[in-house]
Amino acid sequence: MSSVTGVSATDELPGPDGRPPLSADAASTGRVGDRIFGGAATLSGVVVIVLVSLIAVFLIVQAIPALADNSANFFTSREWAPGGEEPRFGILEFLWTTVTASTLAMLISVPVGVGVALFITQYAPAWMRRPAAALVDLLAAVPSIVYGLWGLITFSPFFKPVQGFMEDRLGWFPLFSPTGISGGTIFFIGIVLAIMVLPIVTALSREVFDQTPLAHKEGALALGATKWEMIRTAVLPFGRPGVISASMLALGRALGETIAVTFLVSALADGSPWTWSLFNGGETFASKIANNAAEFSNPSKTGAYIAAGLVLFVLTFIVNSIARVVIERRKAFTE
Amino acid sequence: MSAITDERRPDDPSVPDDASTPPGGRPGRDALRQMGSPHRARNVKDVIARVVMWFCFFLAMVPLVWILWTVISKGAHLLGSMQWWTGNQRNINSDDAGGGARHAIEGTLQMVGMTALIAVPIGIFTAVYLVEYGRGRLAKAISFTVDILSGVPSIVAALFIYAVWVTTFGLSRSGFAAALALVLLMIPVVVRSTEEMLKLVPNELREAAYALGVPKWVTVVKVVLRTAFSGIITGVLLGIARVMGETAPLLILAPYTKNFQRDLFNGNFPTLPMMINQDRGDFALATAAERMWAAALTLIILVLLLNIIGRVIAYFGSVKK
Repeated sequence: MSSVTGVSATDELPGPDGRPPLSADAASTGRVGDRIFGGAATLSGVVVIVLVSLIAVFLIVQAIPALADNSANFFTSREWAPGGEEPRFGILEFLWTTVTASTLAMLISVPVGVGVALFITQYAPAWMRRPAAALVDLLAAVPSIVYGLWGLITFSPFFKPVQGFMEDRLGWFPLFSPTGISGGTIFFIGIVLAIMVLPIVTALSREVFDQTPLAHKEGALALGATKWEMIRTAVLPFGRPGVISASMLALGRALGETIAVTFLVSALADGSPWTWSLFNGGETFASKIANNAAEFSNPSKTGAYIAAGLVLFVLTFIVNSIARVVIERRKAFTE
Repeated sequence: MSAITDERRPDDPSVPDDASTPPGGRPGRDALRQMGSPHRARNVKDVIARVVMWFCFFLAMVPLVWILWTVISKGAHLLGSMQWWTGNQRNINSDDAGGGARHAIEGTLQMVGMTALIAVPIGIFTAVYLVEYGRGRLAKAISFTVDILSGVPSIVAALFIYAVWVTTFGLSRSGFAAALALVLLMIPVVVRSTEEMLKLVPNELREAAYALGVPKWVTVVKVVLRTAFSGIITGVLLGIARVMGETAPLLILAPYTKNFQRDLFNGNFPTLPMMINQDRGDFALATAAERMWAAALTLIILVLLLNIIGRVIAYFGSVKK
């Protein structure tokens, strides 16, 4: 298992002795000790299920009254004015910012992460593999608040000229049209998120690439393939499900990343016009909630933020479920 | 393997069919000469791929070196003073230099200690269930929810605890409430790493114990868990490292204080991430910025220490195959 992702693509593979991992057996003697211990183990498992269900239940129950009072459309409105006599709030802006910034992060981190994983497993000299892997894992050990500080204070001045250049040359394209906002743009947040999730993509991809059967690799080489052709025809197809689920896990992390994004975003003024530009500002779900933690004073206001949190929960739930299904199917094939 | 042959189709005029595979099995001399250009194209691609992979790796190293260098160069100065390790931030305003971080260091350690105290037993028992007992639908459901839990964003965990702790029960925000949110984030890490370690324990050990008539639960406690002990400790330490740097739950559940505060259950609570967040508000002031980077460096050092200790234990105590 990767210590970075907490998930393994190879969990259910047979153990080193070729037998499947020991599953439940009839070794229980039915004695008191056995029943208590087995009961405690089952209970903790059930507690985990209950906890996850409770998350959904509590968020839904507390979001419903606020949603019922909402006089704007929750999914299509860009307003955010919860509380008060006539609360009006919608999540369209957060949804757009969250999804685009995370997608951009994936577009950067998946190719680079796979490249790094291929470097570590196939190209790096033997003495370099472990240190290189440890260094990439180190990126995951840096707390996200530090990414936020670094992005805000150190990295963003370096990025401003890049953005200016892109706006000059590509500004005719709607995605890159200038908006007058620099610093915490969607594009910039996407780049910082890409750096943050890179170790997740790399860790899991590395694990599956390492599992490529030697016979496949040697077969390709024996047929006269160059190293790259060997990778393209043996390593990548074998690792594809692992890479997909790694990307999904990374996407889940990017969608929910809070504190770094909270430091970086430039919130939009109320009523600012809609634009497709990636150089626009705008809050994500997580940053909106975190930025307004002090506002959780009355129930209807809090309910609006909880409703936003619920949408985020559903988003990450879907993404992680896809990752899980892909891993499961891969296991079904390899066993 | 069809992709390989793309570049040398039999009907390719540069590779005459008869010349490329004479009866001897070796390509004819003519073929070798004529194969020159596609062969070179393949080599060029190979070299390009190699260069791209090396480039990816160094590209990934840029932010790592840059971040660590930024934090160390800007924050190391304060860590040299004795006051940093003994004092707190009481009566120190944004424009005053220095001060101590002991309150925040102690608070962070105390909070993650409480988190571990709750999360570790649940996590280990769940892993024991999944490996030693689980079968059928319940085990599948538990395994699935652990995956879902590991994907729950920290802000959602914090909102959930807020909805339970503050809105439903009417209790006040406190260090303990934040610890509860961290528990949700730590459980999946502990479950997955423990599970992994339990699976490494050879079946022969279990079977030997059963053959001696040892009850199952004694076998699990005295044989399986003991064999996997160091690996479990590693997983716990990595789990603690993961939650130590979390800020979002603290932002919502544990307001910061500049004083020493050892009571997890009442009042504001000092932690390193919140100390960073406090000074972030005034980072234009040199004094606040320096303190902010120093707190960030302290936090990184704590997280790294846990990681290193965890890996050392894993290295020396790993289950021998």
